[in-house]
Amino acid sequence: MLSYAIRRLLGAIPTLFIIVTLTFFVMRLAPGGPFDQEQSLPPQVRANLQAAYGLDQPLPVQYFRYLQGVVHGDFGPSFRYRDFTVRELIAQGLPVSVTLGLAALAFSILVGIPLGALAALHHNRPLDHALRFAALIGLALPTLVVAPLLALLFGIKLRWLPVGGWEPGSLRTLVLPAFALALPLIAFISRLTRASLLEVLGSGFIRTAQAKGMPAHVVVARHALRPALLPVVSYLGPATAAVLTGSLVVETVFNIPGMGKYLVQGALNRDYTLVMGFVVVYAALTLLTNLLADLAYGVLDPRVRHE
Amino acid sequence: MSEPGLWRDAERRLRSNRAAAISVFVLLAFAIAALAGPWLSPHRYDEIDWRALAIAPTLHDAHWLGTDQLGRDLLVRTLYGMRTSLLIALLASAVSLCIGVTWGAVAGYAGGRVDNAMMRFVDILYSLPYIFFVIILTVLFGRNIFLLFIAIGAVGWLTMARIVRGQTLSLRRREFIEAALALGVPPRRIIRRHIVPNVAGPVIVYATLLVPQMILFESFLSFLGLGVQEPLASLGSLIADGASTMESAPWMLVVPATVLVALLACLNFIGDGLRDALDPRQPG
Repeated sequence: MLSYAIRRLLGAIPTLFIIVTLTFFVMRLAPGGPFDQEQSLPPQVRANLQAAYGLDQPLPVQYFRYLQGVVHGDFGPSFRYRDFTVRELIAQGLPVSVTLGLAALAFSILVGIPLGALAALHHNRPLDHALRFAALIGLALPTLVVAPLLALLFGIKLRWLPVGGWEPGSLRTLVLPAFALALPLIAFISRLTRASLLEVLGSGFIRTAQAKGMPAHVVVARHALRPALLPVVSYLGPATAAVLTGSLVVETVFNIPGMGKYLVQGALNRDYTLVMGFVVVYAALTLLTNLLADLAYGVLDPRVRHE
Repeated sequence: MSEPGLWRDAERRLRSNRAAAISVFVLLAFAIAALAGPWLSPHRYDEIDWRALAIAPTLHDAHWLGTDQLGRDLLVRTLYGMRTSLLIALLASAVSLCIGVTWGAVAGYAGGRVDNAMMRFVDILYSLPYIFFVIILTVLFGRNIFLLFIAIGAVGWLTMARIVRGQTLSLRRREFIEAALALGVPPRRIIRRHIVPNVAGPVIVYATLLVPQMILFESFLSFLGLGVQEPLASLGSLIADGASTMESAPWMLVVPATVLVALLACLNFIGDGLRDALDPRQPG
């Protein structure tokens, strides 16, 4: 298990290397520079700026410098936030985004799985139909519609929760954005759980458990739920990608100082180093959660052995 | 895929699917409204009406769905936004279609090391949230509407390439391909004349499901300010405008959001219906 985890971690390095390389060359070969927005910049000033950021060097030199930096966790200075390095911006934004993302994932698992199990236990009865319809709606509503509508309803009309902002460690500012991120995931996880639980409930070992007189909820909790959760676990990888993508919208709507907000601002300002560094961090996060999901799969399903 | 019977069956199945059939009509209505609707209103999408800033939906002066902060008619802007969104989504889907089919067919037909390398590349891109690639591309290309759909389409082709490759792998061993090879038909021609037409079924289904994804992508980017630029509008940018003024003018958020959700729902129902209709394993 441990050696498998280490091997997988090492296997992620070439992927990350390719991503860093692709990002770097695509960014540098593109037309337009980071200083294009300052109109009527004297050529001398422009040249000095370029030299200060190392942009006057040949491309291979820039590339190897950048690689060297990335290995040491240094993504260079931000072009727009002049007083910050990209690493400092990541250090500011990452904890906020991770808190928000973990809260959303926890929300979607803790609400989605019980709802799916409830629907499966009421198979083809009114509750099942109601929950399936709700899931359909939850899936049809994109985050960029849900997030502002939630802010409008609970923040402005009902005034239960703040419309935006972020206080570290405060639940009040966390609930609405986490729920907006989690809503499509809750819908999808409940559908997955329902379908796979129905399948498991039809298998022989469940009938045995029922035949020996075990109450229905104990059968589900002790025997059926574990195998039924495997599809949910393998969905955690794509779910993380969905959370990362959605966080760009949610952090913008709720004005949360996480990585997503910096990335959007960086993209709007053509802040090359910021966008490159953030994309690398996002890629690393995705690879890491995919690895964790695979490991969790092995723990839940003893048939999968990581040799 | 060439027998007429299959398509006739598919059409019958599609007609009997109520959700899909209704969605086709709603979508047609939307499309006609988006194309012809703006002419029925006396206002233009970029016309600024200083006497009617951010007014709520009213019959007065033909601002049937109200106006935005600059006094531009919301109905006309929403119709224009729908037009932009649909157009970009269709073009982006076409781009994905071209890249995906070519990539998949070449990889599947070449096989061996070429196939491995090409699909490994797809795997790497697949393992990442591709919206970040789109963001990189928008940073590169600038925020230009014509390059935008190429950028969106350029990352939507991964699944298409996988589907086409799988189909091509199984087609490659069939007799008619062997016959073509024996006759000395060059590989380029075999791919174009024999492989691509034979993967049309799954490709069409996936392409219809791709359009709503592309609409969502485009709205997502425009919402963040990385897509369509003022005074043009798309559903995403209208929702973003609405979100910023929802405290005083909630209709500016509700109108485009409703249209977007309805549009996505219709397209998804049609795509699902088409998939069921074209799947021969499905009992008629």
